[in-house]
Amino acid sequence: MPHLENTVLCRESQVSTLQSLFGERHHFSFPSIFIYGHTASGKTYVTQTLLKTLELPHVFVNCVECFTLRLLLEQILNKLNHLSSSEGEYSTQITCETFNDFVRLFKQITKAESLKDQTVYIVLDKAEYLRDMEAYLLPGFLRLQELTDRNVTVIFLSEIVWEKFRPNTGCFEPFVLYFPDYSIGNLQKILSHDHPPEYSADFYAAYINILLGVFYTVCRDLKELRHLAVLNFPKYCEPVVKGEASERDTRKLWRNIEPHLKKAMQTVYLREISSSQWEKLQKDDTDPGQLKGLSAYTHVELPYYSKFILIAAYLASYNPARTDKRFFLKHHGKIKKTNFLKKHEKTSNHLLGPKPFPLDRLLAILYSIVDSRVAPTANIFSQYVASETITEERKQGRIEAISVTQSGVAAESKLGLSASCAAAHYHPLQSPLPASLQTFSPPPISGTLVVADI
Amino acid sequence: MSSRKSKSNNLIQAEYLSQAQRILRERFCHQSPHSNLFGVQVQYKHLIELLKRTAIHGESNSVLIIGPRGSGKTMLINHALKELMEVEEVSENVLQVHLNGLLQINDKIALKEITRQLNLENVVGDKVFGSFAENLSFLLEALKKGDRTSSCPVIFILDEFDLFAHHKNQTLLYNLFDISQSAQTPVAIIGLTCRLSLSEDRNVRDVLQKHFNVSKSLRSLHTLLMLALNRVTPSHPFMTAADLMEANQLCSMDSKANIVHGLSVLEICLIIAMKHLNDIYEEEPFNFQMVYNEFQKFVQRKAHSVYNFEKPVVMKAFEHLQQLELIRPMERTSVNAQREYQLMKLLLDNTQIMNALQKYPNCPTDVRQWATSSLSWL
Repeated sequence: MPHLENTVLCRESQVSTLQSLFGERHHFSFPSIFIYGHTASGKTYVTQTLLKTLELPHVFVNCVECFTLRLLLEQILNKLNHLSSSEGEYSTQITCETFNDFVRLFKQITKAESLKDQTVYIVLDKAEYLRDMEAYLLPGFLRLQELTDRNVTVIFLSEIVWEKFRPNTGCFEPFVLYFPDYSIGNLQKILSHDHPPEYSADFYAAYINILLGVFYTVCRDLKELRHLAVLNFPKYCEPVVKGEASERDTRKLWRNIEPHLKKAMQTVYLREISSSQWEKLQKDDTDPGQLKGLSAYTHVELPYYSKFILIAAYLASYNPARTDKRFFLKHHGKIKKTNFLKKHEKTSNHLLGPKPFPLDRLLAILYSIVDSRVAPTANIFSQYVASETITEERKQGRIEAISVTQSGVAAESKLGLSASCAAAHYHPLQSPLPASLQTFSPPPISGTLVVADI
Repeated sequence: MSSRKSKSNNLIQAEYLSQAQRILRERFCHQSPHSNLFGVQVQYKHLIELLKRTAIHGESNSVLIIGPRGSGKTMLINHALKELMEVEEVSENVLQVHLNGLLQINDKIALKEITRQLNLENVVGDKVFGSFAENLSFLLEALKKGDRTSSCPVIFILDEFDLFAHHKNQTLLYNLFDISQSAQTPVAIIGLTCRLSLSEDRNVRDVLQKHFNVSKSLRSLHTLLMLALNRVTPSHPFMTAADLMEANQLCSMDSKANIVHGLSVLEICLIIAMKHLNDIYEEEPFNFQMVYNEFQKFVQRKAHSVYNFEKPVVMKAFEHLQQLELIRPMERTSVNAQREYQLMKLLLDNTQIMNALQKYPNCPTDVRQWATSSLSWL
């Protein structure tokens, strides 16, 4: 089909397999077909385009949209009704509550003239969500041809492999079809397909080459790559537009775009900044080094005691409780040369993550690290509560301030903090850290000790 | 003249082909009941005997047909019913009720369906009053015919019988079997199930499957033949050995290997890092921080082709692997735990990873070497 070859690229073998599976209109086909493949590998697009081009009666349903049984069944029936009714005829909304009613109503609707003697296709997109619905739904759909005794084929589209769908007691096995991922040549071909008409195809192809060179090892998702291609193309064309370089001056264009793409990987690719912000930045022509992602805004400037509270929480999270006596007491007496490192603590604490600790321990460490006498006043507690509100800013996980897991006297708190805290503007009160804190470094014992450098 | 003749010959050939395809497709996909029975003659004779006793002599019976999926239970019963209905006196009297455990998921729906199939909707209406037993006996009373004080024998066919056994209090089954014992209306209850008490467990089945090189079910044979049939077109009118070979290849693909084939290089590196962690720590669960550490060790010391990506980029790749269900958290995500420290498990084993790496296109050599090294990198 020449028309299809232009709209559906690099999928000739899958299209021909599907076409031969469908057969002629009145032929029976497999009762159920399961198509799997990576995201953006063209499953939805190819199936939809093929069914529309061949004008086969079909119903397309997305299982994310119809997340309950009733929504799913009613949508299928209503769309089928729409297909079978003639032009201009108003059809009432069908309600359907159970799968039993669905089978009965389905049999009625497919008796209509326009649907008789033809295979009706029901396509369920994002079929992995069917597993979370009622347990009988998936086996029921797999056998729909047998249960309704009609010429119907159900097509499942999913990212997850079939083995993870199979119920424990077995079911009617569908025909499994794999949509392979696009090779780098295919990706190049598809991405070069949508080049803007102002520029030549070769110019755009060179740009796509550079883009793939930077992003291919990280991401092979066609949708992401397309998004990035569209966003960064104006920047690539900039030297040509300004007249600094010609279209063929590949080296200059490469030098211009390469740092920009690297920056894009850290921000737009991760969705740390929105695409409209990115475009604005390109227009303003700022130096990409100054670009700050969302994570830059999580560094806050804290009041005096809050800093100490954070440090005390960090120490409490990562040092085991039995070492507190050694580090924080002024007169700790003689310490035997016991092996501090237990066998199962060989893995560095940093790899295992922060551990919960009781609130009293935090306060005890706090009192010992602050130089001057600290009265347990409301001031301290209010700052403790304020540092909890920084939990709001844990979007990128860089700072997750003290999160209290349960209320009560022996509240457990946990601190997750990256190894270095930086300070940025948050509170107008700026207070320099006392010298004692900067030189605070207990004798090193590898593995269990944590030092916070500010 | 000869070209016109050959053209019309082609048209006729296409017509015949289409007919042949139609018949074959119906046989492979639709399982029409006209096929001959092979290998189940004994069971068939037994079954038809039983049904005749209910239908003609008014004796109540119950049968449970057990067999693995695709062994021909539905086909057997359909064939038996078809033969039964050919007898004169049976076709007027006997009523059939077909129930399926997937459709009638509770007893209320089951009762409505029975009412519907026995064509008594006008009697009971939409609401179900009274207890289940009362309603059912009312239904069966209503079926008494005038002459010979005999009521119509009813044949109940219960597909996916094991699902009915999971209903609350098993009311339906209890009442049906009760009626079959209590010598009123002659009923025949035929249950079909694939569930034996033990061996339908998924693990047992997987183990059994591993011992067989090729699946021995008739259905997979049908699938294979159907695929080969698809290649038959007017220009290619006869099925060849090449068609069957290609069809076989399509049928026997390892799906997880296919998914790994489509991953990016960064994601492959993460999987190899997880493999090394599994080897060193003997299958203990790991978290993202540990995997990232392994990856860093590789990138800083030996890799020239893999750029040292930032942590959030690696995190995104890790989450993509989680989305594809190649790794799985050990327990449900709790709100308080940070994502980087959540413990995970890898759902691929070493042989699968190594096989997939063999087929991975354009794999950088240092990545491949890293995968095969058994010493941990110092």
